[in-house]
Amino acid sequence: MAILSIRDKLAILSDAAKYDASCASSGAEKRDSRKTGGIGSTEGMGICHSYAPDGRCISLLKVLLTNFCIYDCSYCINRSSSNVKRARFSVDEIVSLTMSFYKRNYIEGLFLSSGVIRAPDETMAEMVEVARRLRVDEKFGGYIHLKTIPECSQDLIDQAGLYADRLSINVELPTDDSVQRLAPQKRPETIRQSMAKLRLRMEEKSEPTIQTKRKQRFAPGGQSTQMIIGADTATDDTILRTSARLYGSYQLRRVYYSAFSPIPDSSAALPLIKPPLMREHRLYQADWLMRFYGFEQKEILQASPNGMLDLSLDPKLAWALANRSTFPVNVNTASREILLRVPGLGTKAVSRILQTRRHQTLRLDDVARLCGSIAKVRPFIVTADWSPGGTLDSERLREKLTPAPKQLWLF
Amino acid sequence: MSLQPALFLSAHRVRLSGPVDFDGWRRAARNLTLSGVDPADVDWVLGEANPPDPAPEPTGELRVPREFIELSQTVICHSDPERFALLHRVLTRLQKKPELLRIASDKDVVRLREMEKSVRRDIHKMRAFVRFRAVGDYFVAWFEPAHFIVERNTNFFVRRFSGMNWTILTPYRSATWDGKELTFGPGACADDVPAEDAAEDLWLTYYKNIFNPARLKVKAMQAEMPKKYWRNLPEAALIPDLIAGAEDAAREMLRNMPTLPAPHHKTVQARHWTKPEGGPINTEEAASLADLRELAATCRRCPLWQDATQTVFGEGLPNATVMFVGEQPGDQEDIAGKPFVGPAGRVFDETIQEAGIDRSLTYVTNAVKHFKFEPRGKRRIHQKPNAGEVTACRWWLDHELSFVKPQLAVALGATAALSLLGQSVAITKVRGQVVQREDGLRVFLTIHPSFILRIPDPANQQAERSRFLDDMRKVKELIAAIGSGSRADR
Repeated sequence: MAILSIRDKLAILSDAAKYDASCASSGAEKRDSRKTGGIGSTEGMGICHSYAPDGRCISLLKVLLTNFCIYDCSYCINRSSSNVKRARFSVDEIVSLTMSFYKRNYIEGLFLSSGVIRAPDETMAEMVEVARRLRVDEKFGGYIHLKTIPECSQDLIDQAGLYADRLSINVELPTDDSVQRLAPQKRPETIRQSMAKLRLRMEEKSEPTIQTKRKQRFAPGGQSTQMIIGADTATDDTILRTSARLYGSYQLRRVYYSAFSPIPDSSAALPLIKPPLMREHRLYQADWLMRFYGFEQKEILQASPNGMLDLSLDPKLAWALANRSTFPVNVNTASREILLRVPGLGTKAVSRILQTRRHQTLRLDDVARLCGSIAKVRPFIVTADWSPGGTLDSERLREKLTPAPKQLWLF
Repeated sequence: MSLQPALFLSAHRVRLSGPVDFDGWRRAARNLTLSGVDPADVDWVLGEANPPDPAPEPTGELRVPREFIELSQTVICHSDPERFALLHRVLTRLQKKPELLRIASDKDVVRLREMEKSVRRDIHKMRAFVRFRAVGDYFVAWFEPAHFIVERNTNFFVRRFSGMNWTILTPYRSATWDGKELTFGPGACADDVPAEDAAEDLWLTYYKNIFNPARLKVKAMQAEMPKKYWRNLPEAALIPDLIAGAEDAAREMLRNMPTLPAPHHKTVQARHWTKPEGGPINTEEAASLADLRELAATCRRCPLWQDATQTVFGEGLPNATVMFVGEQPGDQEDIAGKPFVGPAGRVFDETIQEAGIDRSLTYVTNAVKHFKFEPRGKRRIHQKPNAGEVTACRWWLDHELSFVKPQLAVALGATAALSLLGQSVAITKVRGQVVQREDGLRVFLTIHPSFILRIPDPANQQAERSRFLDDMRKVKELIAAIGSGSRADR
């Protein structure tokens, strides 16, 4: 095999990493390089340093240690039966690449994942070594996200938690049956137990120890996961149910939805489709409703006969149209919980309404200045000088509020 | 409000020393407001600082919310020349209406918030889009902010890049960090930074390859990375070609027929995935409690496995005299994979210990082995298993009983009683009783310890706890009686 340059390896191993949607660099504890004289800081909110034309942010150097893999998951570009070019970084190479990118302010840190070579522990040990080298030898204070290999030993997980800000394990697909069908060597029960172990460790380490009275460090940015959507037949309802279960069970910071995307040298086991980007977008919106808007998972799709989110309407508007008896809502008296249900009012707008109405009665103009689009909000609210009257019951309301279909990109 | 004498009606002119001369603005605005000057009559200009005012400074006090000071320090960085007048107007209005900033729909407040947001965004984008180029060990960047944010923003770069020596150049100001001290200098131009950098080629390689041509979303990209920043971003030069080539690249992936498996695939399969196939143990063939536990791990006798993390099987002495049977694992049991380790488990442990029962000499299990719950945000709300689930799981309990062969079973709560007796009983009525099953097993009936935790009133809770302790003392007596009687028999 020809010897690959760093550039060749970077091309192969970043191409191999791009199907992982996670990019967040938030949630780390505050770190500042002034104390260490090193390089790197984290201040809670992560920064997106660039954007690719696929609309995704580039915050971290997202690469694989290697794309050699003994697993044969049909949706994955790195599966063992794929004819994709293979490469492997040395620990040194990743460390120096990370430092060199970070010093030029290209990135917030490193997101390291890997194909599994030989044994899970061997692969995980190398990933942990990269993190250790960065933290200890390079005094690196930036963000580190390690993808955890479910079958690896607890000792390696503990070390990973010591150096990394976030750990994640991918559930891969919305149901265990799909995992068994498309990723026959992966074991969903092991994945769950690994997430449970991470939660347990995070809870244990969040208590100060008796001896030092200090908390031991363990992945302060928490854990996250990803599932691929559109590669199996799971409905949106099934997907959201899985998400709700994951959030409740393992204290995840985020569930990422990744629209199944065609890959070079794809497997015959999967349909060749355009990635369902709008569906992915609607799932994120629904996810937000569960996490920030007080919606129960069951409510979101209660009006949908086929368990699928409406692609032409955002899920909150769809819910409101199906539950018109809840409206109109008086913005001068309604509770936060109810205001959060009004289409077009975000969490910030609701807070501003609550704050302002303590001092003065709100009129429609006032609300218009506090929200993005009054046209969307108007049919659902009552103000001092406005009531939607019959429009709320109008059969044409849905039509009026459905955005005109946009010209899609030719494919 | 008294009218100003006609002499002063001509515009007041205030000179500020620079675009972000906050102290100068603050001093002037304070004096003008105290003198009752209409903010509309003030002309704010940049240049040399004011010559010392010959007139004595007006005396008096101005009070503003603390928030206003922070807000005005941010807004003064905005490039809008009207910012000084707007801040002055709001300062004046605040004297009559101290709650003004809380009225988010007020026009002046809306404009202030917009400006604040715009400055914050510019600060954020500077942190994101500054690109250093290396000259030996020295790093230099050129950036064009939309507002006057350099002074306000450079501390971020100090916190982040303490261990480097660097300079950030902008059209109106430059900032330099030598490893110890931050200094500001005059503005510069784009040509003052080196034209090349050794790592830039790698960065472009990364940018090209992390992009997925099958998901083109140009608008989403531009919303976050507006074109005005592109000229100073090395990777932006690649964008037009990436967009132009995306369709072909994606179509190519769709068109390409799946190929034959890679040559090494067979080797990998042979080496890693051909298990010495012993096959799963037949459910009827479990020869020991350990076998049974292994079998239970993959149980799908009812749908509860779908949401739970794992099967929580019984634990304890394999030939214990007494077997405690609870309802089902809870949140913490589901995570740990062990029965009775959560809050109810702690009540259970404390109580049996007080009653003199050694948990390690007992066997502890549940009627249902998977956690049934409804997710609610970050929590899981326990759900009572239904009769079908209890029946399905009874298979495991029966087999645990047949391996452990306890002489006494303790049913903790109604679900355990249902599973052990095959019929539902009203626990509160029969608690403390011993029922003998047809197979001779004696079953002691009591409440589930979680019942105690659900009682809101502390006094009642304490009372229920003592009743539970009484029950456990009875169990202890029963165990003692079995011990003295049966040991002789054995």
